[in-house]
Amino acid sequence: MSVETGGLTAKLEEAVVAAPDHGGMSTALRRNLSSPWASALVIFITILWTIPTFGLLVTSLRPAADANSTGWWTAFTNPNFTLSNYSEVLNGGNTIPGGIAPYFINSFVISIPAALIPLTLALMAAYALAWVPFRYSTAVFLAIFALQVVPLQMALLPLLQMFNKGWTIGNIPIIPPIKDTPLHLLAASGGANFAPLWIAHTMFALPLAIFLLHNFISQLPKDLFEAARVDGASHFLIFRKLVLPLSVPAIASFAIFQFLWVWNDLLVGLTFAGGTADVAPITVYLSNIQGTYGAALHLTTAGAFIAILVPLAVFFALQRFFVRGLLAGSVKG
Amino acid sequence: MTTGYKLFLTVAVPCLFFATLLVVFWLASKTKARFQTPLARLIFLGPAAVLLFIGLVIPALQTFWKGFLNDDSTKWIGLKNYGWIFTTPDNRTFLINTLLWIIITPIFSTALGLTLALLLDRMKRESLPKSLIFMPMAISFVGASIIWNLVYSYKDPSVSPNQTGLLSAIMIRLGLSDPPNWILWQPWNNFLLMVIMIWIQTGFAMVVLSAAIKAIPTDVTEAAMLDGASGWSLFSKVTVPMIRGTLVVVLTTIAIGVLKVFDIVRTMTGGNFGTQVLANEMYAQSFVQFNYGRGSALAVVLFIAVVPLIVYNIVQLRKEQSIR
Repeated sequence: MSVETGGLTAKLEEAVVAAPDHGGMSTALRRNLSSPWASALVIFITILWTIPTFGLLVTSLRPAADANSTGWWTAFTNPNFTLSNYSEVLNGGNTIPGGIAPYFINSFVISIPAALIPLTLALMAAYALAWVPFRYSTAVFLAIFALQVVPLQMALLPLLQMFNKGWTIGNIPIIPPIKDTPLHLLAASGGANFAPLWIAHTMFALPLAIFLLHNFISQLPKDLFEAARVDGASHFLIFRKLVLPLSVPAIASFAIFQFLWVWNDLLVGLTFAGGTADVAPITVYLSNIQGTYGAALHLTTAGAFIAILVPLAVFFALQRFFVRGLLAGSVKG
Repeated sequence: MTTGYKLFLTVAVPCLFFATLLVVFWLASKTKARFQTPLARLIFLGPAAVLLFIGLVIPALQTFWKGFLNDDSTKWIGLKNYGWIFTTPDNRTFLINTLLWIIITPIFSTALGLTLALLLDRMKRESLPKSLIFMPMAISFVGASIIWNLVYSYKDPSVSPNQTGLLSAIMIRLGLSDPPNWILWQPWNNFLLMVIMIWIQTGFAMVVLSAAIKAIPTDVTEAAMLDGASGWSLFSKVTVPMIRGTLVVVLTTIAIGVLKVFDIVRTMTGGNFGTQVLANEMYAQSFVQFNYGRGSALAVVLFIAVVPLIVYNIVQLRKEQSIR
């Protein structure tokens, strides 16, 4: 079934993972075709593509007066570097009163549970759909797959109202507002709560997560599950002892993708966090200081570099998983 | 909220979640054998189903409904919100801009990505350039906007002799004594914002197309070359038809992403100076001006625009899979 309904994401995954790095053309053919012009052009484009990010790093290391009066490229003829922008933007200072540090922490607080929870729930659902089938399991799987079509924008407003006021039909409460559920116990004294962000990210992650993990889990050998069932293992035991360890590659890809998706998200953060230092993620802070202090280049660049440091580290350290997860998930949201 | 409490939450919430699951699993596995399978379905599928239902299905239906109501959702006004979207002269800006975005960005990103994929295929050491060109994909749109602010920032040359923006500096060096203030330069500022998206998406197109090119069987290219095909004819008659499906997927995938993106516009211009797009207008109507009716109608338009692209993608891929 997964091949049938595999669709875009499976195709992309297959395209990237299945193709060996130097497959395709034979070596002789490659050498025949390789030309210094092609290499020169690629190097030119690579430099062009890297310059903007490089400029960000250089600007963030220059003293305020230099960064705001001369171009970053002049720093090489007239070198003068400092780390003071980073200390100001992290902790606040004369120009920007509040620092980025709490938002940086918020991004971790949001991203880690918002990656682990949907991952687990999706793995469970994917296992049930693939290996505990029932009459409508194909229909349910297709319906979940189809939910990927719903843009986040459509769900934001009703969800926000549901979190704040609950959801009622007539006068009968169906879903209570978050403040009337045990989730309010997680809030700090000021009432700020990460729960809406975790829940929203979990909900929005599920269609893609279930789809991807189902594609993977349904390909696991059938004999394995049958043998385990014959031996009397419960579904819960099979899930923990078979599905979990065997799905590690798919889990890693999705976890990294989801972590970065949440880390880089602005829309959900803006809608559910309200912009305060209590819960808002780093992207919201960046977007705000760019609007308010956009002219203070030395500070916005330092802030932006702090924010992209985490995704870049993940990117270079875990590129293989990253590419797989990212390509598979690039249609999300 | 103190940092300590936040870090506590980061660890405690997932732990609590996993502990609850383990307890539920343990309790469920203690039940009678005949209950096991239905119970497993309920426990495994239930949470996801409930969350999807209240998080996506119901809100999507509500948004459809609210699109027909007035701005505080108290009165049925039929198609007036949709009439407002498509007939208000001021709205022409974001409608035209959105159209330009979904045509230009995918085409340029894909063309560049294809060129790079072809060139990389002829290189021996391709992994470093590939990584660096793909890197912007890891950066948030907000981060990318700040990065590009350094390219587009502008100072009046008659006031300040030095430019902080790379583009202004290059233009002055090339002899243009009075470059425009790029971000305010209508209507060209739209294209400058699109460049940011192209910068991000080219790496995606390149990686996917590069994989597709490598997957073309060697005998096909060799046979074509024996028949005398080379250079342009090899590219246009063999390579492109062989990866046609992937090309379409890349184009539509980027188009879908472009339709929904609002971060770049919000961070760079806030939708001012003639750069507004559909997704940002939707955000502004719903969460800044609290015109829920209009905001909902805009979300529905976004949905209707995305659906054919996704459906086309799926049909295209199914066709390709049935050929294989």
